[in-house]
Amino acid sequence: MSRSTRWRSGSVRYAWRKLTNAGMLSLTGLAAFLAVVPLVWIVVYVASQGARFVSADFFTKLPTPVGVPGGGIANALGGTAILVGIACTISIPIGVLTAFYVADKPDTPLGLAVRFGTDVLSGVPSIVVGIFAYTVVVLPMKRFSALSGGLALAIIMLPTVIRATEEMLKLVPNDLREASLALGAPEWKTSLAVMLPAALNGVITGVMLGVARVAGETAPLLFTSFGNPFWSARLDQPIASLPHTLFVYAISPYKDWHAKAWATALVLMALVLSLNIIARAWTMIRQARLGG
Amino acid sequence: MSVTIQAHRLGRSGWADALARRMEHGDILFRWLLVAVAGGVLLLVAAVGYELWINSALPRAQFGVWFLTTTTWDPVAREFGALPFILGTLITSLLALLLAIPVSLGIAIFLSELAPPWLSTLLGFLVELLAAVPSVVYGLWGLFVFVPIVVRPVAEALNQTLGFTALFAGPVFGPSRLAASLILAIMILPTISAVSRDVFRAVPSSQREAALALGATKWEMISQVLVPYGLSGILGAVILGLGRALGETMAVTMVIGNNLDLTPSLLHPGYTMASIIANEFAEATYDLYLQSLIEIGLVLFVGTLFLNLIARFLVWQVARRVPQEVRP
Repeated sequence: MSRSTRWRSGSVRYAWRKLTNAGMLSLTGLAAFLAVVPLVWIVVYVASQGARFVSADFFTKLPTPVGVPGGGIANALGGTAILVGIACTISIPIGVLTAFYVADKPDTPLGLAVRFGTDVLSGVPSIVVGIFAYTVVVLPMKRFSALSGGLALAIIMLPTVIRATEEMLKLVPNDLREASLALGAPEWKTSLAVMLPAALNGVITGVMLGVARVAGETAPLLFTSFGNPFWSARLDQPIASLPHTLFVYAISPYKDWHAKAWATALVLMALVLSLNIIARAWTMIRQARLGG
Repeated sequence: MSVTIQAHRLGRSGWADALARRMEHGDILFRWLLVAVAGGVLLLVAAVGYELWINSALPRAQFGVWFLTTTTWDPVAREFGALPFILGTLITSLLALLLAIPVSLGIAIFLSELAPPWLSTLLGFLVELLAAVPSVVYGLWGLFVFVPIVVRPVAEALNQTLGFTALFAGPVFGPSRLAASLILAIMILPTISAVSRDVFRAVPSSQREAALALGATKWEMISQVLVPYGLSGILGAVILGLGRALGETMAVTMVIGNNLDLTPSLLHPGYTMASIIANEFAEATYDLYLQSLIEIGLVLFVGTLFLNLIARFLVWQVARRVPQEVRP
């Protein structure tokens, strides 16, 4: 083979390598663009369809039967608030205390096991958590209840709270802790009165993300809190919720209920996405400030 | 700790102080409280498995292992077999994975290697929002927008070109296994891409620089160095995505058509484990029926548990390996 052909074949190969490079790199950019399409599509579509039906009445009135115009989702809003309230009441104290243990003793057998258990728990399908809540609350009480739904949501929320708190506790400077101990404060007081306030931002963002996740959960509520066309605030009775109401409207065969489904979706999306955006923006700003 | 105790010993004495001392001013109590709560979280995972197990004794006694391998699901005749649902879940999840893996890896590579920081932050943020959209909203959008506009034309095209194979046999339905797979693919994109982005970011830059210094193009560096280096982590990310797909309920229930169709056609409506539970649990009228559904939940729990154990192990391995390799 002469020198010039070898050079030329080398140059063809080089051109080919450059072409592959450019092609594959643009494909990765395309993939990133592709991922944004469904998000924008969903948000825009839900907003445009939902906005037609959302009014002040929609937030303050009870649902109306098929064919009766008007009506709202006041009971579902209240129900979701109650369910999320129960979930927070259960999962925040347990999550924060667990995070204290895990952040303090990450390498003990129990610490490792709990960290692993938290990861596993976050992977358990929400509908399975719903079955668990059904067997421990609904079966003994013999009726669907807000309490069982709240319990299911609490379990789903728990890993998020634990992990967010743990991450923040790890970032609290050790000096703070040592200063408090040196002043003679017992360990529990140091944890609750010094460490926790220092990590509070992270705990709050963690809770917000957890709330955003469980506020949209439908599967575990199908057979725990069930649903309720009327106003109810009793913990031992079935209760309405935004996602469940949305589901019932969506799979119904009625056109006017479909319109309400889109409006409910708009309310739910606004709630969930704004919680997410606030929590993540807050985290980013704080990290930027710490970094700078 | 001992300093505080001694300071107290020098001062007052008495019954209350003696107790406080013994409790190290409540610290022992606090420590045991933490152990109890942390242990409780661990027990919770076990309790979920235990409750599912004891509440599915009836179908286990009646059908045994055959519960998993028979195809009859007939509440009227009191006969229950879970095979159609297990297959439905596996088919839709694996197809979703197949569709999501290339796109997710593309996103991860773009975010960690190519995009400038501001674009990477923004896109990462948007992808995280994609994960935050509630499942039931995906279902609503899927049912009324995505299935008629995207899935049906795709299904018809597939049927016309590949209709002779069993996989794409007609007739064409809107709600179908294909529709469920496509929705699932969108829903697991954020999981796979976020975890593999973190895996790529954990690869030491010395590896990148070495490849580039040897004359590799950026793509050769990515495909021949970065991907092999992070392979077990990527595998972990994929398995995490699979775990999410297996347990995903609402969106799938709303677009899969909920039909005990036993043909292998992707264009036909089907059923998954999660969607049969969602559809029939609240209406299960007698114990064997209810417990059969709980046993399906148990299968789902055990399956996702194993997948998660494997995935976490793989991801942890990459995370653990990194500090040793960057050490000079």
